[in-house]
Amino acid sequence: MAGERTSTSTGILGWFDQRVPVTDFWNKHVGQYYAPKNFNVWYYMGSLALVMLANQIITGIWLTMHYKPSAAEAFASVEYIMRDVPWGWLIRYMHSTGASFFFIVVYLHMFRGIIYGSYQKPRELVWVLGMLIFLMMMAEGFLGYVLPWGQMSFWGAKVIVSLFGAVPIVGPDLVQFIQGDYLPSDATINRFFALHVIAVPLALLLLVVLHLAALHEVGSNNPDGVDIKKKKDASGKPLDGIPFHPYYTVKDLFGFGVFMLLFAFVIFFQPTFGHLFLEADNFVRADPMVTPAHIAPVWYYTPYYAMLRAIPDKLLGVIVMGAAVMIPFLLPWLDKSPVRSIRYRGPLTKIAITLLVLSFVVLGWLGMQSGSDAQKLVAQLCTAIYFSFFIFMPFYTRIDKVKPVPERVIMHEH
Amino acid sequence: MAAEPVNNGRRRFLTASTVVVGGVGGVFAAIPFLAAWKPSARAVAAGAPVSQDISKLAVGEQLVLAWRGAPVFVVRRSPEMIAVLPTDKDRLKDPESEELDQQPDFARNEHRSLKPEVLVLVGSCTHLGCAPKLHPKQQPEAWDDKWKGGYYCPCHNSKFDLAGRVYQGSPAPTNLVVPPYRFDGDRVIIGETEGAA
Repeated sequence: MAGERTSTSTGILGWFDQRVPVTDFWNKHVGQYYAPKNFNVWYYMGSLALVMLANQIITGIWLTMHYKPSAAEAFASVEYIMRDVPWGWLIRYMHSTGASFFFIVVYLHMFRGIIYGSYQKPRELVWVLGMLIFLMMMAEGFLGYVLPWGQMSFWGAKVIVSLFGAVPIVGPDLVQFIQGDYLPSDATINRFFALHVIAVPLALLLLVVLHLAALHEVGSNNPDGVDIKKKKDASGKPLDGIPFHPYYTVKDLFGFGVFMLLFAFVIFFQPTFGHLFLEADNFVRADPMVTPAHIAPVWYYTPYYAMLRAIPDKLLGVIVMGAAVMIPFLLPWLDKSPVRSIRYRGPLTKIAITLLVLSFVVLGWLGMQSGSDAQKLVAQLCTAIYFSFFIFMPFYTRIDKVKPVPERVIMHEH
Repeated sequence: MAAEPVNNGRRRFLTASTVVVGGVGGVFAAIPFLAAWKPSARAVAAGAPVSQDISKLAVGEQLVLAWRGAPVFVVRRSPEMIAVLPTDKDRLKDPESEELDQQPDFARNEHRSLKPEVLVLVGSCTHLGCAPKLHPKQQPEAWDDKWKGGYYCPCHNSKFDLAGRVYQGSPAPTNLVVPPYRFDGDRVIIGETEGAA
């Protein structure tokens, strides 16, 4: 390949093609990337996640122009952005509300992968890299939430960092190491800023590139779970595939429009979304001497937080929460089903996925509550259900009845 | 030059020794970057001992001091509050303060303090670091109808008695921490113990 470009471009593009693989790159990833023709609405989420990543990076750069990463100035500088910087309120809300939308889109994207078995061979690494992106996003969201230095920033940081204190022997030193002080302080906010705007975004971008590279190597799955590479025409193109551009660029543009409409509506009319996206306590400056009556993380962490609280033992609770985040990594190897898509799977898998979603949503709600004894019991039950989905997967997917998978993807008349 | 046969053993040795030496260098080069995360000299200095005159602290009252940015509770317990301490032992996780890291040796007693009437605690829940609230009265409370007075943490419902000992069933794993402290006349000095400077 290298050295002998097959480019037929002339002029400026030809000049570049002989020096850097512009056309090759475009063709491999867009122009000649054949995606299954039966994508449905779930397949908007990937491109929308990319849109939200761009939104976070662009609005984030603009926020750093006015934000001061110090315990003394951070809170006031965020209020300054909200009140005195021209359009600062919009850029800030695009960023803070954008974080929640990013997670909504990514959770739906992950759910899509689960129902259509997109993690199955040969897409194991696509899934694993995606999970790493999810982990990085969780870190990024946490670090970012600390930066406005409101009450929930401070106490959220204290609670989350103190989780590391559960590590045997080195725990307490580890907490000081992370905070750079005996409590979350100026040193903490300063280093969290560095991680939030440089370290984690760089890792995120690299992982997104790898995620897409892995996807484009093996090709996209589809709602039927049919391998479109098995049926090719005379020129070697998949019969059920269409070039990403213009077909899916145009389709994704439409999804982008609808999504932006929703996003704009929330930014303009419900930027805190009833204090789900930005908690009320975070509009009060951080005070190490006063604990808010009720500490809860932002909604996208609450399912895991509920699992942490459901376990009466601290170390065990931290282990369970960590395991809950990590266990989906194993999906490609836990699923023993011969078919991918939920369309051709039996009742056991459908029940299992329904229970997974129910338990996750209930845990998400429980994680926002104060936590009575009855709620703790429900949380324990839901935690058990959540883990059962993964632990028993090798068994129920093996014995579950499956329907025959068609040779070609199913297209409905329009 | 005539083509010499490749000496694979020599190549392997050179590659391995380069990796080992480079690896050792890498480890040493990492030290400054890791150490830069530790509390700075300024943060350590700001964590110095705190001294407070407690002669005016009334019986049953709590004073909150800031030490290393965390609240430290100082309570002057009444004789009734001291008398209640041994009565709820079967409901406590660690009534005899056997968890060594939670207090200096001088506080491994019934009242977990130097003087029975003065209680000194780090006001940070051992579960996840929230500040437990003092509910000193012996009366039925929403979280416990046999409440004998103590600390209740509003974050995750951990309960502690009037010596900071954790009740069974609380998410907090251990008793509240007793910081190192000593008395100097009417003053309590948090962050220093008798003998040690």
